Amino acid sequence: MSEYIEHDKDANSVGIVEKKLYTFAEPPMEMVLESGAKLGPVTLAYETCGTLNANRSNAILVLHALSGDSHVAGYYQAEDDKPGWWDNMVGPGKGIDTNKYFVVCSNVIGGCMGSTGPCTINPKTVLPYGLDFPVVTIGDMVAAQKELMDYLGVKQILCVVGGSIGGMQVLEWTVRYPQMVKAAIPLATTTKHSALAIAFNEVARQAIMADPAWNNGNYHYGPKPNLGLAVARMIGHITYLSDESMRLKFGRRLQDKSDFSFNFDADFQVESYLRYQGKKFVDRFDANSFLYITKAADYYDMEKQYGDGSAVKAFAKARSKFLVVSFTSDWLYPTYQSRSMVKAMKKNGLDVSFLEIEAEWGHDAFLLPNERLTTLIRGFLERVCRENTS
Amino acid sequence: MRYDLQIIASWIDPGARVLDLGCGRGELLRFLINNKQVHGSGIELEEDKVAACIEKGLTVLQGDINAEVLDYPDLSFDYVILSQTLQQVYEPDKLIRAIMRIGKRGIVSFPNFSHWACRLQLLYTGYAPVTKQLPYQWYNTPNIRVITIKDFRKFIDEVGLKILKEVAINTHSQNRYGKIIKFLPNVRATYGIFLIGN
Repeated sequence: MSEYIEHDKDANSVGIVEKKLYTFAEPPMEMVLESGAKLGPVTLAYETCGTLNANRSNAILVLHALSGDSHVAGYYQAEDDKPGWWDNMVGPGKGIDTNKYFVVCSNVIGGCMGSTGPCTINPKTVLPYGLDFPVVTIGDMVAAQKELMDYLGVKQILCVVGGSIGGMQVLEWTVRYPQMVKAAIPLATTTKHSALAIAFNEVARQAIMADPAWNNGNYHYGPKPNLGLAVARMIGHITYLSDESMRLKFGRRLQDKSDFSFNFDADFQVESYLRYQGKKFVDRFDANSFLYITKAADYYDMEKQYGDGSAVKAFAKARSKFLVVSFTSDWLYPTYQSRSMVKAMKKNGLDVSFLEIEAEWGHDAFLLPNERLTTLIRGFLERVCRENTS
Repeated sequence: MRYDLQIIASWIDPGARVLDLGCGRGELLRFLINNKQVHGSGIELEEDKVAACIEKGLTVLQGDINAEVLDYPDLSFDYVILSQTLQQVYEPDKLIRAIMRIGKRGIVSFPNFSHWACRLQLLYTGYAPVTKQLPYQWYNTPNIRVITIKDFRKFIDEVGLKILKEVAINTHSQNRYGKIIKFLPNVRATYGIFLIGN
C-alpha cells in the first residue's frame, strides 16, 4: 500500500522489464461487469518476469493492492531510482524466484497505471470517463485478469499471491476459477472489510470529494483535487502503520525544530511524514481511481457472494492449497480475519498453512523486506511446485 | 529422529491422513511424508517452529491445539498424534474426545511420572522430581499434569475409549536411541506411547 516508499536499488534484480498492454472486450463484445454495466474495450497493463516453461505450469500471478501497479519488480530503465513495488520478494533467487517461475502482474481495472480506469478516454465521448466509468468490483478485476491469463496461454496458475486488496483478489480467484488455481497466498487480507476499514476508506473518499477541484470527477482539463487526494493518502498511511511503528518511527519528535512553532505548520515528524507522503502520492495516482478501487474493496464480501453469508460455504468452491499470513500489528486487517478464513478452509478439508508473523510495521509489513515472509513463500511454492509435477 | 517418534512412525500405515498436534519443527511429519507418503498436517503454537515447518514445505497452522482441533470435520484423519504434549493440556478429556471425533485413531505419548527416578527423588529428597524427561522446577514447568502409565490406562477407560496398542520405552527426551520396556513398565519406562480408538 505504501508501495514505493521503502525500497532501494537492489543489485539482485530481474533487471529491465517492460510494461505491456493487452486490450480485449472490443465493442460490441464488451465485458459485462458484476453491476450489469458494460465496459469495453478493456486494456490491462501488465508485466512479466521469468519464462513460462514448456508445459506452462510455472505461472505465478501477483496481485497488487490499492496503490500498486503492474510494476512488480525490476526497472524500466537502468537510470530508475526505484525498482518495482515487490522487488524484495520477486527476482532471481528471491522468495518468488524468477529463475523458476513465470511471474505476471497486471494493473487492476479501475486503476490509473495503464489499465482501463476512470482517467481512460471513453470511446463514446472522447473524453476521460470520470464518473461515467462504471463501478467495478474485485470480481471484475479478477475476470479481467483471467482474460489476460488466457491471452498469455496460461491455463493453470501455480499460485496467485497478493496482500491487502491484492489478497482479496487472491481469494476471489480461488472461488471464481477454482480449477485454474493450484495454490494461493492471501497476505494481510480479509474476506470482507470490517466497518473500521470501510470507515477509513469513506473518510478518504470524502476528503477527495470535498476538494472543489474534484468537480464531480471532471478535473482532467483543469486543476486536480490534489489536496483531497493527499489527505486521503494521509489517512491511508495511518491505517498502514501501527501504534507501535509510529511510536518507534516518530514518537513525539519534532521536525527540524527544537520547540513548537505555535502555528499550524507541521511541528511533529509524523505530521511532516504524512504531508510528504500525501504530496508525493498525487504525482502518481488518480483521485477517481482511488474512489473506485476503495469502493471495490468495501463492496467485497466473498462470504455473501459465494456462500450466502457463510465463509465455510464460500470456500467449499475452492480447490487450492493455501498459505495464509497475517501480521501482529496490522490493525486494518487484524489476524482474527485471517483466522476466520483459515477456519472456513479447514472445515472444507482444504490444505492450509497459516502463520501470524510478529511484525511491528502494521499492515505495510507485507510489503517490507521480511526474511521470514520470504522463506515461507519460498518453501510453500517449492512444495506446491513439486506436488504439481509429481 | 527422537526414539518415541520412531515408534509412532512405525505404527502409521502408508498413505494415511495424519494430523500432528504440537508438531514442533515438523520432524515427524517430514519423516512420515518422505517415508510413508502420508498426507500430513500439523498444528504448532510457536511462530519460529511453524515457520520452520512451512519453510520445509509442510502444511502447518499456527494455533492452540485445543481450539484448532474443533474446526476439522469428523474423521478427517486416520491418525491424530499428540506426542509429549498431554502433560501440558488443561482439559485432557476434552482434547482426547476432540481427537477421536476428527481422527479414526489417536496416538498419545507422554513422560511417565511414576518412573523409579521420580519415585526415589520424592521419597528420599522430599522435593518435586526433576528428571531429564521433566527437567523443570515446579514453578517454571509447562507441564501442568502429572501422568503415569497406569493413570493413562485408567483415564482412557473412563472416557470410554479403547487402547489398541501400547508401548513403554526408556529413552531421554530428545534422544534417537532407546529401548522398549516390557517388565514393570510403570516403574522402568520414561515414556508411554498409546494407540487409542473408539
